[in-house]
Amino acid sequence: MNVRVGDIIKLENNQFVAADILLLCSSEPYGLCYVETAELDGETNLKVRQALSMTSDLGDVSKLMDFDGEVICEPPNNKLDKFTGTLHWRDNKYSLDNEKMLLRGCILRNTEWCFGMVIFAGLQTKLMQNCGRTKFKRTSIDKLMNTLVLWIFAFLICMGVILAIGNTIWETCVGRKFELFLPWDEFQSSAVFSGFLTFWSYIIILNTVVPISLYVSVEVLRLGHSFFINWDRKMYHNQSDMPAEAHTTTLNEELGQVEFIFSDKTGTLTQNIMVFSKCSINGQTYGDVYDEFNQKVEITEKTTCVDFSFNPLCDKAFKFYDCSLVEAVKQQESAAQDFFRLLALCHTVMPEEKSEGNLVYQAQSPDEGALVTAARNFGFIFRARTPETITLCEMGRAATYELLAILDFNNVRKRMSVIVRNPQGQIKLYCKGADTIIFDRLDPSSEDLMYATSEHLSEFAGEGLRTLALAHKDLSEEYYQVWQKKLHYVSTVIENREEQLAALYEEIEQGMKLLGATAIEDKLQEGVPETIACLNLANIKIWVLTGDKLETAMSIGYSCNMLRDDMDEVFVISGLTQLEVQQQLRKAKENILGLNRVSSTGDVEKGDMSAEDSVFEETIISEYALVISGHSLAHALEPQLEHTLLDLACLCKTVICCRVTPMQKAQVVELVRRHKMAVTLAVGDGANDVSMIKTAHIGVGISGQEGMQAVLASDYSFAQFRYLQRLLLVHGRWSYFRMCNFLAYFFYKNFAFTLVHFWYGFFCGFSAQTVYDQWFITLFNIVYTSLPVLAMGLFDQDVNDQNSLRYPSLYKPGQQNLLFNKRQFFLCTLQGMVTSFLLFFIPYGAFSVTLKDDGSDFSDQQAFAVTIATTLVIVVSVQIGLDTHYWTAVNHLFMWGSLIVYFAILFAMQSDGLFGIFPSTARNCLSEKSVWLVILLTTVVCILPGLVVSFLRVDLFPTLTDKVQ
Amino acid sequence: PSFPLMGKTKDKSGPLPRRPDNSAFKQQRLPAWSPMLTANTVLPFFYLLAVICMLLGVWLLLLVQSTQEIKLDYTDLGNCDECFNLRRNVSNAAQTCSCRVEFSIDKTFKGDVFFYYGLKNFHQNLRRYMDSRDDGQTVGWIKKLKNPSTYCEPFAKDEDGVPIAPCGAVANSMFNDSFALTYHSSSGHRVPVPLLRKGLTWYTDKNVKFRNPRTDNLTLAQVFEGTRQPLYWQKPVYSLDPHDPNNNGFINEDLIVWMREAAFPNFKKLYGILNRADANFEKGLPKGNYSINITYNFPVQHFQGRKEVVLTTLTWFGGQNHFLPIAYLVTSSLILLTAVVLTVAWWKFGKDGKNMKE
Repeated sequence: MNVRVGDIIKLENNQFVAADILLLCSSEPYGLCYVETAELDGETNLKVRQALSMTSDLGDVSKLMDFDGEVICEPPNNKLDKFTGTLHWRDNKYSLDNEKMLLRGCILRNTEWCFGMVIFAGLQTKLMQNCGRTKFKRTSIDKLMNTLVLWIFAFLICMGVILAIGNTIWETCVGRKFELFLPWDEFQSSAVFSGFLTFWSYIIILNTVVPISLYVSVEVLRLGHSFFINWDRKMYHNQSDMPAEAHTTTLNEELGQVEFIFSDKTGTLTQNIMVFSKCSINGQTYGDVYDEFNQKVEITEKTTCVDFSFNPLCDKAFKFYDCSLVEAVKQQESAAQDFFRLLALCHTVMPEEKSEGNLVYQAQSPDEGALVTAARNFGFIFRARTPETITLCEMGRAATYELLAILDFNNVRKRMSVIVRNPQGQIKLYCKGADTIIFDRLDPSSEDLMYATSEHLSEFAGEGLRTLALAHKDLSEEYYQVWQKKLHYVSTVIENREEQLAALYEEIEQGMKLLGATAIEDKLQEGVPETIACLNLANIKIWVLTGDKLETAMSIGYSCNMLRDDMDEVFVISGLTQLEVQQQLRKAKENILGLNRVSSTGDVEKGDMSAEDSVFEETIISEYALVISGHSLAHALEPQLEHTLLDLACLCKTVICCRVTPMQKAQVVELVRRHKMAVTLAVGDGANDVSMIKTAHIGVGISGQEGMQAVLASDYSFAQFRYLQRLLLVHGRWSYFRMCNFLAYFFYKNFAFTLVHFWYGFFCGFSAQTVYDQWFITLFNIVYTSLPVLAMGLFDQDVNDQNSLRYPSLYKPGQQNLLFNKRQFFLCTLQGMVTSFLLFFIPYGAFSVTLKDDGSDFSDQQAFAVTIATTLVIVVSVQIGLDTHYWTAVNHLFMWGSLIVYFAILFAMQSDGLFGIFPSTARNCLSEKSVWLVILLTTVVCILPGLVVSFLRVDLFPTLTDKVQ
Repeated sequence: PSFPLMGKTKDKSGPLPRRPDNSAFKQQRLPAWSPMLTANTVLPFFYLLAVICMLLGVWLLLLVQSTQEIKLDYTDLGNCDECFNLRRNVSNAAQTCSCRVEFSIDKTFKGDVFFYYGLKNFHQNLRRYMDSRDDGQTVGWIKKLKNPSTYCEPFAKDEDGVPIAPCGAVANSMFNDSFALTYHSSSGHRVPVPLLRKGLTWYTDKNVKFRNPRTDNLTLAQVFEGTRQPLYWQKPVYSLDPHDPNNNGFINEDLIVWMREAAFPNFKKLYGILNRADANFEKGLPKGNYSINITYNFPVQHFQGRKEVVLTTLTWFGGQNHFLPIAYLVTSSLILLTAVVLTVAWWKFGKDGKNMKE
């Protein structure tokens, strides 16, 4: 499509919005139009956009032709919820905000058509601005491996130089005199030139020390590990028929090193299904089921549900178990009826009646949806809404309420109210909100009820339910008119409009009568608190990044045990300006550090604080939590504050960021990634998590209700949050363990194999003579020793999966990078060097004097080669045997198979008939008893030191892993 | 590189088409043996190993003690230093020179006695030297006989373009001293000690790796017509052994022995075996005085080499090899020491190390 800025385009129902456009007019009255923003921010409810009243009647092509307005606006940015600009048209200025914009990626709903002017197109749209750049992800082991290979290369060149210098000296001192028997080549003019040639010869001969085949083998391992993830039944979700999937094969071992998990909330931690589960009406609780002895009955699948068949418009999926509430409503109890009437009126839900009687609610928050659905099933059906009216169907009778005012919700007010005129003409205010807020604004007459209700509320909260208190108030016509005028005035003032509005709302929301309270269950996914606890034990920090409201986020925090009442303090950062945020962050940090400082070091200069933070991080015993809102986060992520934020966040056990944009999620991940040198994992299910998933080292997609974007952008995907535990603690841990052992062994093997040439250089005049024959050099890495180590890399298990999950601390070595690092590399190459040294010098010592038992001389080069090669194959096989913790049939097959293949090829190659030129050295050599004495001795000497070290480590200084084994 | 693995699951019918198989392999539940390094297995193993090494070491040491060996560096010994000086100058290569060295043995060499010549500081293991041969030629391919491989350069053809057989630096530098061992019996007789100059090579070398070109009723000399002997040789390859026509050509045992290149600069090669069929030497070499007449041809002073002869008796694991028994004894004592240290450490600190303390 060729959409350009300034074009006017027409959109039709259910179409994707193609660019960021300014809504000019629509098919609906007042220039309204509805959009679904799930692709942008993950919220599935419908949102209303309204065109400027001046342009809303342009719904005609000829009028649009004449439209010649000019828009001046902010430069392209990634803020989804803000837009500022002005429209100049017909000598007037109109201010534009986000309410008039349709952003690219939204879907037009419930609106036949609309016209809009393109403001941003292509890459400048907010959707594209929010797309993190896709990076090529590589694991830290990968990077380490590349560094190590460079080191090895440098080492190779060093060896080449040493041997070249040796050759120069040798040619000068000895080789020159040996010319009688071996004249120099014509082109070999001097000893230095000979040294130069030798350098290159040795680079070629010793190149096997640079493990080229390592890269191939590593990819094979990773592929295998990915398949094991795909095949794992314990990460397969029956209900959705969704197995775990690894979309990449490059990141598996990084799963064993994760330190930070960034999790989306809705749909990731929760099922994204809210359920109205209990309520308290007029001092009476409903929702629990009692048996005939007045004992509470556990609600299970089998418990009979309330029959809502009396209500043709009910939602079939709604389940409620306490029949007494239905009875109360049916018996026209006024409190119960008012309770549900309030729930049906006081909300911002949009109804969508797809066909007669088939109502679907689009709610901003699933809570509201749940409450309105509850009201619907209990006979107060919310059917339609216009800007001025709300239509209900009360116990089968239609009733239209005139909507006079909506006193909307925000984080400070923590309540919302509607003022309506009911069909009888009375003006009523209905209010719902946080219990503490409502209780402060009650009429004294409700005091008794308040005590009873607050008891119920604490009961509900104790069960992890999300509660709201409901209240109402009758307003007199006169009072309302006066208030209405004030409201009208205040809403046109420019300065301090917000505060004045708040004060005005406060004024009318006084002296209310309590109706009761609701309790909603936001169903967590199965096993979420357990998973989080387990991951916490594994020393993984979990940060929740959610687009939800502060309260919702916190209540989820409580229900999945991330926030607990016994925590020392929960810091809430919600400042709106940079200064406020800075102060709040500083204060929280000082609070944490200060408390500890008193007990530990006393006064410390402020300058030292950051230096000592890392020490403090370890020593803080008290538990803190940090909750930070999106607005504050925007400031806190500025360069001058990000360190404070990060330090503080790392001091806290739990971090929850709410109201964050997709880009902010990515920024938070990036912040940690950049400064903490830790492996990050992002898990999410919606399109709004994509940038975070792409930014983190590892992205995990939950294939839930919210489409496929997150899954497609992710590296791993599965159906339930709880599988994360298995992915990290079992598959990640194994992958890391296997990869590390594999690498250590591989480097060991190559060094042991190759350095023999280096030692031999000192005895063969640095002439680049190889010890082994060419076939052995070719086949050693690809045939003789590749399979056993692959089998170890694929199947090895130091600890089985049950124990991996049972002892989450087993995960810690991976985070601390203990199993393979530069030190381990140094140790394993050292082991390789020592082995090669012994491999060369023990046979040397024996061979320089040995003879065959028929008297013929035996110190010939080919016999020596066969002896060393055989010893090498045996030694590395024994070593892999010691390194393997889990001997499956495959391991046995590969191990013994490799040895058999070695001898088979050796004898075949050197058989009389097949290769006449190759003499039967092998037979002559290996039939010699002294050769076997040499092989035995060399094997014992090469293997025992390693065995002693592992025995000491395992039995005297056992790690947790050793203990669990 | 990343490639998606999606959609790899097979199309299966049934209610849960994408459910992974419940096989032990796919679920990583293959039955397995998990060996562990516990004190109960490792410590006895160490002791056992120490004992085995100890026994082997002692046994080998006893065997080695029973062998006898005498080494004689004749490079410039006795009147050989005349020859040594003669060979200093290459232009004297054609002159013959012989010398005599004497030695005595105090104890009878019992059993088979082997006679070796040894070279020191002679690098048969240089890469270019080792490659400078044509195995195709020495295995008897007619084509290669007159057309040796370029690996042999510069010893493939002489200045006139005549191919050399056997070609290459290895054959060219063949050791060409010869020895005659004489026993001075107590009665004053000089008895020549008979040496078997056959059976010096591996069977496979003599019969598989080295073969003469097919003669087809021609004499060996005729077959080799059109080639010349290596530059440093005095005799052509087909008349190396004047006594035994079957020991000529590429299958000459001295040549085969030489062509098996030594791995290290100091080496010895078999020259002959005492012929115990002779009544005087039935039981080996009796004690007494001996002399060796040496035809001194091989120059060593250019590369500061030494030449020696070695007489030795053998055991089942070769000649007088002190390295292996001593290495075994050292290893065994180290293992034993380690085992004791480990036992003490385990007894003191590690006994309950594996108990879970959580």
